[in-house]
Amino acid sequence: MIYFIEQCLNGVQLGMMLFLLAAGLTLIFGIMDLVNLAHGSLYMVGAYFAATFVGWTDNFLLGVALALVATLIVGMAVEVVAMRRLYGRDHLDHVLGTFGLILFFNELVRLLWGPAGMTLPLPAWLNVAVPLLPGLFYPLYRLVIIAVTIAVALFLYVLVMRTRLGMLIRAGASNREMVGALGINIKLLYTLVFGLGAALAGLAGLMQAPILTVQIGMGENILIVAFVVIVIGGIGSIRGAFVASLFVGMVDTIGRAFFPDLLRLILTREAAATAAPALSSMLIYLLMTAVLVLRPEGLFPVSNR
Amino acid sequence: MEQARSLRLMLAAAGGALALGGFLALPPGTAVAQQKAIKIGFISTFSGPTAVIGNDMRNSFELALDHLGRKMAGLPVEVIYEDDQQKPEVGKQKTDKLIESDKVDFIVGYIWSNVLLASLKSAVDAKTFLITSNAGPSQLAGELCSPYVFSTSWQNDQTPQAMGLYMNQKGVKTVFLIGPNYAAGRDMLAGVASTFKGQVIGQELTKWPDQLDFSAELSKARAAKPDAIFVFYPGAAGVQFLTQYTQAGLKGQIPLYTAFTIDETTLPRQKDLALGVPGAQQWVNDLPNEQNKRFVADYIKKHTGSRPSFYGAQSYDAGHLINSAVVAVKGDTAKKEDMRKAMVNADFKSVRGNFKYGNNHMPIQNFYLQDVVKDQDGNFVLKTVATIVENDQDRFHDKCPMK
Repeated sequence: MIYFIEQCLNGVQLGMMLFLLAAGLTLIFGIMDLVNLAHGSLYMVGAYFAATFVGWTDNFLLGVALALVATLIVGMAVEVVAMRRLYGRDHLDHVLGTFGLILFFNELVRLLWGPAGMTLPLPAWLNVAVPLLPGLFYPLYRLVIIAVTIAVALFLYVLVMRTRLGMLIRAGASNREMVGALGINIKLLYTLVFGLGAALAGLAGLMQAPILTVQIGMGENILIVAFVVIVIGGIGSIRGAFVASLFVGMVDTIGRAFFPDLLRLILTREAAATAAPALSSMLIYLLMTAVLVLRPEGLFPVSNR
Repeated sequence: MEQARSLRLMLAAAGGALALGGFLALPPGTAVAQQKAIKIGFISTFSGPTAVIGNDMRNSFELALDHLGRKMAGLPVEVIYEDDQQKPEVGKQKTDKLIESDKVDFIVGYIWSNVLLASLKSAVDAKTFLITSNAGPSQLAGELCSPYVFSTSWQNDQTPQAMGLYMNQKGVKTVFLIGPNYAAGRDMLAGVASTFKGQVIGQELTKWPDQLDFSAELSKARAAKPDAIFVFYPGAAGVQFLTQYTQAGLKGQIPLYTAFTIDETTLPRQKDLALGVPGAQQWVNDLPNEQNKRFVADYIKKHTGSRPSFYGAQSYDAGHLINSAVVAVKGDTAKKEDMRKAMVNADFKSVRGNFKYGNNHMPIQNFYLQDVVKDQDGNFVLKTVATIVENDQDRFHDKCPMK
């Protein structure tokens, strides 16, 4: 039972991580109608900034805060320099342009930080496992990830649904020209939204950095899973992204944890051991297929599009 | 309609990113067109997170050429480096290119067993000598052994076998095995199980190379309550595994035994996480022979701030093995049978100390226990603690038809 709870926590934690990445992606896609493949690059940039700033300041929280601000600035700069040229164009142009950005960022990081990668070590107070129940130890840092993500989700909800800025963002998503005609600086608004999305990606990257390592191309594999999340959740819906992230995180983790044992019941030990990792990594795509068949618009379709 | 189109586009885009994600600028080959030169193709990973291993192999191979005066039997040497991107299909493509269009005399390198297995047939069919300076899949030692293939490393099972013996010495009764799901990962786990006398109470293979979060596997290992965990994660994955193992609070609870998880390419990032975690290896940087002292000292001199790893040591040896063959035929690389006979003798000074070749062209060699220590400058370095097994021959040589 304790083992099951631990695996569920693993699933929730993975889901939260995915939400941080998917939220920015779905925000940019839903509001700006922009397919941003370079989202994974911003995730990587956030992680590199965090590793660098924490190294300079010798203070984990300060370094992380600086990295967030820096990623926000990079995101806004990317919007001004590159993304503005892409609005209103075909989605295929977005794909091409932002794929170019992936290559650009990978090479830039290689030039600035070298090919070897970095680490972001946790401070001692975070690098412990805490007893949640008798016999159930869980890494404190992973609990922090869950808490931070829930806070971010609440912040996004309040920002988009309850503030004047959020109202403008939603209005801009419905009708860009009309909002502009009413005297709102829509360009600035979009730059802000893109920067916010970038900061979310950077947050995901720097939160993940102490668990994984900081390396070139670290955002590319996880970006695909983030796309799966927003397709399942309904493109443009932050609520959908939240629910879908939890779904995907749980299915992936529970699949990895229990699927091999199930397979062992029907296959030989050897065959099960080899087949299980391959099959369990397919589960999230099967989930996506099922959702697309039953609800092609995703779980929480956005009605105003 | 718009929505459905967007979805399709995005999926296509995501797929495109997956397919092309590994695309990065390739390091240029050091090709200098010359009439009579010894041509060597070198395949390793020069892009992506494991490029650091490929760089170490290239640095060491270049150092071997420096030490040979950049000539073999009086002929200049031309090396063409190719990036396999850690993908079997790319590795095979590059192997074909080296054989068919560059017409190399030797192909060296291969970090990954799955890349080597995909590329092997091309080299064997073309009767081009292939020197694997890392990968050692069990198939290559057994039924797929070839007169044209030599190893300057080991067969995959051997190193974990040595670790299994060491776990017996330490009185470990139950073990949980974790490794990546590809040719080498499966060999490694089978290897440790073959010599370990206690009980293997669990085994997890993870998706390779893209699964980087091991929380589910670590939870499983903890729930199984073993005496020890054995793990094989080469390259950056080793850093990730060790980090997560420590964060999960397992470091004080269940001791870790490793193969190919801690080395000079990962230690700068593993740092104190690696202290007290034993590993086995056929080469350690402090082995007390003259050739090794020279290799390590000159490597550190040439590449300030980095230290050679076993990947490099094996590539350095590969350079000298090739030289022994070329010298034996006085540069006439058409005499393949004579070159093969020369290489079988392993007649060169290996940095691991001298070794013999078995019938399957796999080294018969010692394996050492290594530990991580801090040197006087505060750097983390590997150090030989003991010899676990002497003159060890891989367990597949009987299956090799060569006598």
